[in-house]
Amino acid sequence: MNKHYGTLYSEVKLPFKFSVGPVFFKFFEALKEKKIIGNTCPKCGKTLVPPRSFCPVCYVEMGEFQEIPQQGELVSWTIVNKSIPGAPVDPPFIIGLIKLDETDCNFLHLIGGVEQAEFQKLRSGMRVQARWKEERKGHLLDIACFEPI
Amino acid sequence: MARRVGIIGVGQTKHGNRSEITYPDLIREAVVGALEDANITLEDIEGVVYGTMPSMMEGVALNHLYLADALCAVGKPILKTETCGSTGVSLALTGYYWVASGMADLIMVVGSEKMHEGDSQATMTTVAEPFYLRYFLSGAPGIFALQSHQWSHRYNISDKKARDAATKLSYDHHKDALDNPYAHIKKELSVTEIENAKVIVYPIRLWDVCPNSDGACAVIFASEEMVKRLGRDAAWIKGVGYRGDEYWFGDSDKVRWQSAIEAAKEAYEMAGITNPRKELDVAEVYNPFTYLELIFLECFGFSEPGKAADDALKGTFSKDGELPCDPSGGVLCTNPIGATGLIRVAEASLQVLGRAGAHQIDGAKLAFAHAMGGISQFNGVMIVGSE
Repeated sequence: MNKHYGTLYSEVKLPFKFSVGPVFFKFFEALKEKKIIGNTCPKCGKTLVPPRSFCPVCYVEMGEFQEIPQQGELVSWTIVNKSIPGAPVDPPFIIGLIKLDETDCNFLHLIGGVEQAEFQKLRSGMRVQARWKEERKGHLLDIACFEPI
Repeated sequence: MARRVGIIGVGQTKHGNRSEITYPDLIREAVVGALEDANITLEDIEGVVYGTMPSMMEGVALNHLYLADALCAVGKPILKTETCGSTGVSLALTGYYWVASGMADLIMVVGSEKMHEGDSQATMTTVAEPFYLRYFLSGAPGIFALQSHQWSHRYNISDKKARDAATKLSYDHHKDALDNPYAHIKKELSVTEIENAKVIVYPIRLWDVCPNSDGACAVIFASEEMVKRLGRDAAWIKGVGYRGDEYWFGDSDKVRWQSAIEAAKEAYEMAGITNPRKELDVAEVYNPFTYLELIFLECFGFSEPGKAADDALKGTFSKDGELPCDPSGGVLCTNPIGATGLIRVAEASLQVLGRAGAHQIDGAKLAFAHAMGGISQFNGVMIVGSE
């Protein structure tokens, strides 16, 4: 376009320490034991995973923690073909929204167990189940992925 | 009760790569344009509303402070609004509320983005919280691709039909942008080029996606009394609406998307619109991605649920169709994020003022503007009319 007068380079590095709190702590601890934890709103009856301290719609305290089945329906998926800052895997990879059985929301995670050549054969509606990592640290990535059953 | 408010002037920068000037000068280009368009001076402005993407994208925190001089805000009250992609419409609503409340007669609203200065991808990943969503959400492309597949699966729309409809939108909008002197991407594309472009996040390809644009937009909101006093034409605000979903992307249905449906409904009720497809003359829908646009068309009642692809393929939303959508080229061709929603309002206003130049829709009297923000979370609508 017009004449370019150059740029000034400046970088900002900002570390953060986010509080985990008691409810998310329960979820992460359970992952170490290959368990997925959720809870249910006593008012609207929706079961959510991960568990919450309060229902996002009703604003009341959620019920007791409950173990959630590790299989569910693949509600949606996509093949990520570009490098994403902070992603734990390199492209191409598949992410999916999974409606775990007995829950009322969609859970986001990697979809694995599919050869690259077969990526476009994925279909919403397929059944998937969690695959766990051998070494677990109490972190979302303790689940390696969800794979088609 | 709210007073009548009209838009009497708009200004836009030439959007694109504006690395030759500083951010304040970019803002000034839009502001000078708006003041000239409204035939007023900076002394006439009683207050300023400004917004942009989060500070992390700008590189200077709370940049309405940094940009105060360029915003004519010295000696004036200023309000900042940030709602991610829907910022521009939130800005318009803020300006509208200010004047409608009776607390001011003339307010200037400005939105901007200088995307070439920051790392937009990296900063957008921070919209996702770090516990669950940030790892895999994969940015805007990831979110919208997940939404697209959710939609096509729900209504049993074949990959081919969805692809063809998305291609039609991409083809039309890129062609339309050639008639918009401010648009960023001015590229005549063939159907083959669009269909075979590189896959970004399947099924989304390169020409289904908006560019990174630098740009600013300024819009002048005036009370009815001020409009009369100045002897100007106005694009009258007929209806507004804004709604948000829960934070977590998976907590709500993004196909029968409540925040989009309810935001439009609120605006329609206020404007007295019962059949949007028939009553609206033109719509500037937030369309950074073609597939996403199809979902919005259904949520706003322009198409029946599951029918947007069919309607798009029939040419319903083309410039010569029943309800032209984004004749400016839309977000797909120009996306300075903080300005984008406001540009929709500006373009809708230009249409009903009869000042949209080469991309004017003849006889447009009622126009719809919309923007969405966050992880497909918040939706805002503003409807303007010539009466």
